[in-house]
Amino acid sequence: MNLSFNWLAELVDLEASFQGDAKTVAEHLTLIAAAVEKIEPVGEGLDGIVAARVLEVGPHPNADRLSLCKVDRGDGAPLDVVCGAPVIVKGALYPHVAPGGTLPSGFAIESRKIRGELSHGMLCSDIELELGRDKGGIMRLADDIVPGTSVGEALGLPDTRLALDLNPNRVDLGCHVGVARELAAPAEALRERDFGTSWDPAWRDGDDEASGAGLRVRIEAPDRCSRYLAAVVRGVRVGPSPTWLVGRLMAVGARPINNVVDATNYVLLEQNQPLHAFDLKTLNGSEIRVRAATDGEQVTTLDGQTHKLTSAASVIADRDRAGALAGVMGGLDTEVTTETVDVVIECAAFDPAAVRRTARETGLSTDASYRFERGIDVHAGEHALKRCVELILATAGGEAEAEAIRVGPAPTRPPVQKLRLSRVKQVLGLDLGRADVATHLEPIGLREVESETSGGGAEDVLQIQVPGWRTDITREIDLVEEVARRVGYERFPDADRRFRTSSVPEDESVGAAARVRRELVAEGLLEARSLSFMPGDHLGNRAIVAVPNPLSNEESYLRAAMVPVLLRRLEHNFSRRHRNVRLFEIGTVFDYGETPDQFREQRRVGVVMTGGRRPGHWSGPVPDLELWDIKGIAERLAHRLCGSLVTAGSEASDDPFLAGGWLAPDGFRVEKDGAIVGIGGLVRASAVDGPPWAAPVLAFELRLDAVEPVRHATYRVTSQFPSVRRDLSVTIPADVRAGDVEAAVRSVATDLLVNVRLFDVYAGEELGEGRRALGWAFRFRAPDRTLTDEEVESEMRLLSDALEEQFDAKVRSA
Amino acid sequence: MTEVGASLLDRLAALEEQGLVAIRAAGDSDALETARVDYLGRNGRLADAMGAIGTVEAKARREVGQRANAVKTALLAALEDETRRLSDAEAAGKGPRLDTTLPARRSWVGGLHPVTRVIDEIAEIFQDLGFTRVEGPEIETTWYNFTALNIPLDHPAADMMDTFYLHDDVVLRTHTSPMQARVMEAHEPPVRVLVPGLAYRRDSFDPSHAPAFEQIEGLAVDEGIDFIEFRSSIQHFVKQFFGKDTRSRFRPSYYPFTEPSAEVDVSCTVCSGSGCPTCKRTGWITIMGSGMVDPAVFEAVGIDPERYTGYAFGMGPARIAMVRHGIPDMRLLYEGELDFLEQMA
Ligand SMILES: [Zn+2]
Repeated sequence: MNLSFNWLAELVDLEASFQGDAKTVAEHLTLIAAAVEKIEPVGEGLDGIVAARVLEVGPHPNADRLSLCKVDRGDGAPLDVVCGAPVIVKGALYPHVAPGGTLPSGFAIESRKIRGELSHGMLCSDIELELGRDKGGIMRLADDIVPGTSVGEALGLPDTRLALDLNPNRVDLGCHVGVARELAAPAEALRERDFGTSWDPAWRDGDDEASGAGLRVRIEAPDRCSRYLAAVVRGVRVGPSPTWLVGRLMAVGARPINNVVDATNYVLLEQNQPLHAFDLKTLNGSEIRVRAATDGEQVTTLDGQTHKLTSAASVIADRDRAGALAGVMGGLDTEVTTETVDVVIECAAFDPAAVRRTARETGLSTDASYRFERGIDVHAGEHALKRCVELILATAGGEAEAEAIRVGPAPTRPPVQKLRLSRVKQVLGLDLGRADVATHLEPIGLREVESETSGGGAEDVLQIQVPGWRTDITREIDLVEEVARRVGYERFPDADRRFRTSSVPEDESVGAAARVRRELVAEGLLEARSLSFMPGDHLGNRAIVAVPNPLSNEESYLRAAMVPVLLRRLEHNFSRRHRNVRLFEIGTVFDYGETPDQFREQRRVGVVMTGGRRPGHWSGPVPDLELWDIKGIAERLAHRLCGSLVTAGSEASDDPFLAGGWLAPDGFRVEKDGAIVGIGGLVRASAVDGPPWAAPVLAFELRLDAVEPVRHATYRVTSQFPSVRRDLSVTIPADVRAGDVEAAVRSVATDLLVNVRLFDVYAGEELGEGRRALGWAFRFRAPDRTLTDEEVESEMRLLSDALEEQFDAKVRSA
Repeated sequence: MTEVGASLLDRLAALEEQGLVAIRAAGDSDALETARVDYLGRNGRLADAMGAIGTVEAKARREVGQRANAVKTALLAALEDETRRLSDAEAAGKGPRLDTTLPARRSWVGGLHPVTRVIDEIAEIFQDLGFTRVEGPEIETTWYNFTALNIPLDHPAADMMDTFYLHDDVVLRTHTSPMQARVMEAHEPPVRVLVPGLAYRRDSFDPSHAPAFEQIEGLAVDEGIDFIEFRSSIQHFVKQFFGKDTRSRFRPSYYPFTEPSAEVDVSCTVCSGSGCPTCKRTGWITIMGSGMVDPAVFEAVGIDPERYTGYAFGMGPARIAMVRHGIPDMRLLYEGELDFLEQMA
């Protein structure tokens, strides 16, 4: 919402409270009402630009597109001016900048020859004057000023434009009167501009239909329009608006059109009431019907678009056809043009939901629809219509019909809302008396009414009459907010911060995620964050839950696993020629529940890594990361955080939720309480779109709910006696897995075995067909004595016997 | 012990201390030789002192003698040490030297995402005020996402245009605020929670919008919480998080689930309030939407609004991270690009 500072200053005294300073006003509005997002000057640099009358206009002898004019600046010395605009009207007034003057841009104007003809200065367009964005050609001025008048002064410029960011509940601030109320001093009355005309009609009322002033109005859809006021002005002369009115519109960035349309816009910007003007002669049967559109009905709106409607849309129709979109935009067929003689002014209260449907169906959003959708003051229609008719009479002449039409039941009186001082104290913490509250609320029209019943506790209670324009105030808390706002949030007393307890325990998932992050960062991994979306299938990485109204195919599904999304991030890094990438992410994955309207969510951590194991170093080559590196990370998380083991498992998981299309054969998994909670290994080459120079890609994914609460280690006394290392190399059948051998060792060994380490894996022909050798290092230690050779030998025999027995192992050396 | 014996022991102690200093401070072999001659030479100070042992009465002589030998041993050891050290240093000065300016062998450096760090820091500050962290579902019913928060389903905020609907009454939550209702349903006041998490809006991915983005929600409900306490708690947060010189500003706003509602601005951390592109030349950066919990929300979850009051707030950690690190485009946060993450790590 753009505001004109000059306009506000006309309505309310800004000198007394704000020293007439726009910045001070803007800051005040920001702190008590709505944020002023921008303050910008309008109409600066217009000095020396005056209204000039075109005395003669003729073609330029040497150029088709140019014309040659003689203009009078009011000083009795007409000047020749070459002009490039297509239409220059003889006898009309235009802004002229004389040689020696400058345009607002700072461009200096001199007399110069244009195609052989001398031009003394130029006639200006609104763009050249920095007053508009439209390519409207040279700006024609109305005849209410005389040649020589300063254009800036006549337009009421310079001005300051304040861009107000309206909160959705404060549609009443969408007009100058509304904002002026917030700025008014207590008991200050607003000064609406006197147009010098007056109109006080006799109302023709009816519940759903009324006639008068040569017009019949019927509301056929009372659920879409609760009230419809109409006035008729006959014999208007449609033309440019007076200069002051043009200036007001330009100051707020609105485009002047003609004196009738501008009058409706002016009243909208002043009073917040959307109004619309129809050319009476275009209304067949001199009738107005407010009704639902019929399916397939078409309306061409003022912007030239043709809309095919359904019955969801609401229209203003005449006897035969729809002529406007109710509360949204007028129609081209019924608009006011320079040919128009008699106009109908509509001032209606359209239903917010009905307007929203019409706006949505047509894809239009207008100043009118914005206000109707949020609620207008249904009690202010008469005043707005009167202002509009009086302004038209002042600017376009004509004769207003003495009768005016008013259809629909009279609106109910706005509510009286109670406000307890004790509630103000409870919510705000402020000790305010009745008079304090009244001081804050009265300037904005919230007045205390005489309480009809006084008695017990009445001292605490104020009965506040809510004005019609505050459709947002329906509850006591709304009044509490008004008090807080009018006091000014920044004027509340400061206090110390306060600790209070909470009955809500911290979610375990929060600590779990933090611990996973710490471990992975220590492993040199970088945390990524990606959006939860992915395509339904990318290189065999599938998602499950579809988004019915996605923004793009790329975002048409929710991720079912973390790794596929991280692989997309990896591809992005490949495209930036990064070969060494190591990412992890903690996030949510999605699946359907039992029925399609039920959903499952799980928190997961995903890890993706590829490239060198360390940054390259001059001392020698750095090997690439391989399966054992990702397995190490998986073990770190599984052992340290989940209290579980990493086991082999090529078939990733039967659970499609955890399954990864990305996992190559021979991966590993994390099991906990019999369930698979994590999978990892090498990523299939086909699951990543990688360049030829990429190293193997490794990935791991773990359910976050597998992470256990922190367990504190219990100290065990370490033995003071030396340990003994013994190595054992055995050959075993190739299909026996090392993990099973280690498990067997651990299960048969006594407490003296403190460490098991595989130090060698070897396969060679001399071992025999289908066999391989594993070299194990065992470390033995007793807590209370130095072990004897005999004791250690006995331990070793225990182990080698067990391996021979269980795995057909043969001892190569001990 | 006699006076003679005692004073000789004192002399030996001083001699040891001075001798050790002289040896260790020598610095080159010439000075070291001078120190050796001075203390350990045939006519040196130690020899001198030992010569005096004969004057000590017999029964203390043994003790003093032992002490003198200990001093000699200590000085000789220090001399040997220092001789070795000096010769090593001299040898190193002559022989081929290692170029220690060569690059070190490094490991990969890991790091947290800047948004995670912002969330963690916010949480830490509010934890000091008694808040606990909870998480909630990202797929929500329209009841929790809208209705319980006093947002009618025909309200513009519930519009299909802005919301990802997964089913008739199931949406990707458009904010973390549904957890307000969930927490209050499950727990009696006093309630103080922080809810970090992702929220979703149908905004196309551009420099200042993302269809999924982090939010952190706060909710405090108890008897006797008023606007003054709300404002001072938030002010405390601002000073802790942005620095004690940062100013904050509360101004009216509108949210269906708070009333009075406030937006909180902080003085621009880039220009300190004088105006720059980061703050769109206003000197202020909006960091938070907030307000007193609307009574309608209490009613929706069965809490007596006449007894309990509270405040709620929501922040966008991504936007705060962008301001903090001078990140011009929100998409950089979610690309997982290595150079970016390494810079932030
Ligand atoms: Zn700034």
